[in-house]
Amino acid sequence: MPKIKMPKSSPSIDMTPMVDLAFLLVTFFMLAASFRSSEPVEVDVPSSISDKIIPDNVLLVTVDKGGRAFFNLADPEARRELLVNMSAKYKIGFSDEQVEKFTIMTSFGCTMQELPQYIDMSNEERKRLETKGIPYDSTNNELKDWIFYGNVAALNTGKTAFEEAKLKGDSPVADDFKPKFILKVDNKALYVHAQNVINVFRDLNLNNLNFITSMETAPL
Amino acid sequence: MAEIAEGGGESHGKGKKRAKKSSTRVDMTPMVDLAFLLLTFFVLTSTFSKPKVMSLVYPANPDETQKEEPQKINNGITFLLSEDKIYYYSGQYYPKSAPGPEGPTVLEETNFGPNGLRKLLADRNAFVLKGKEGLDKKLKSKEIQDSTYLRMLIEFKKNKESLKVLIKTDDKATCKNFIDLIDELKIAEIGVIAPVDILASELELLNEKVK
Repeated sequence: MPKIKMPKSSPSIDMTPMVDLAFLLVTFFMLAASFRSSEPVEVDVPSSISDKIIPDNVLLVTVDKGGRAFFNLADPEARRELLVNMSAKYKIGFSDEQVEKFTIMTSFGCTMQELPQYIDMSNEERKRLETKGIPYDSTNNELKDWIFYGNVAALNTGKTAFEEAKLKGDSPVADDFKPKFILKVDNKALYVHAQNVINVFRDLNLNNLNFITSMETAPL
Repeated sequence: MAEIAEGGGESHGKGKKRAKKSSTRVDMTPMVDLAFLLLTFFVLTSTFSKPKVMSLVYPANPDETQKEEPQKINNGITFLLSEDKIYYYSGQYYPKSAPGPEGPTVLEETNFGPNGLRKLLADRNAFVLKGKEGLDKKLKSKEIQDSTYLRMLIEFKKNKESLKVLIKTDDKATCKNFIDLIDELKIAEIGVIAPVDILASELELLNEKVK
């Protein structure tokens, strides 16, 4: 009986196209991606048909399920100014290092007293820490000061950015550089909590608010 | 491979010197491993879509100096939210103690489904929706410009005939329902949306209904 001849083919495959593809994708993702910043609290946002993309110069207040408030300001320069003003108001000193660290932090939800300690923590420690949120009741309304000074600082940086854009020869719209106020509320949060935060904004005469929502297709 | 010639000059006499033949193929497996590792990392850590926002303008706090009775609104509808339920009444609010021409206000229930709220709003706000349809057609046939379209749409929304909405919530309403309601209002092209504080008598009425 003749032997069955197995076709002799090399077991190694040419991987060049695969490598090409893989690196192409890596490059694409590297350039296109913006990193998900780690937030101290997970918030499940409601959905809406709105397709307005979140603006650049934002002041964000998060309200979680339990009604705790977290504050965030996008612009690092504005954050620096904000912290300086806040530390003067509450007479709490911050070292240069702490100010530096604060500028690159994400949202936080702790009292002014706890803030220096909170800044010194590592990301993991912050995540484990159960804060009570920024107080916003009428007796101790720290959130109001954060929003007030945050608005002032963001207005200033917005103005500089506007001037710079003007010098470059673009024709910028001044409104685009003004701080926008964003609320990120949890699906399950009671509206009264959100309302209390909204009332803080309204007390400062900031009536134009935005809610972060996830996309939903519009009905035809 | 880079190799240094060995053995000094011994080999000079012995025939030709041959360049060593080594395969031009490199083993790419580690590189592929690395590439896919990076790929997975970037895919998992990146977020593409920036979050979307929905804007809502709250009514300014009334000045202390000019405290008045709330304005009378023509063609208004008031939504009351509690837990996951939604109630509404049209027009002016008449408490039990001072009933209006048609007696005290009665709350009616609706739901967030397409046959509830959406239909209700589409019926009530037919004026604006019809106007918008007309404008859409004109825009498509290029009779009017984009800017004119937007301006006219805003005018429609501000018109007396268009529906105005007040939103009142009790302390059991959730943010989800609130946003859902606003969303429905935006779908129905309602221009005037005002979340306001609930009156004590309305709250009583609502509590009775929820039970």
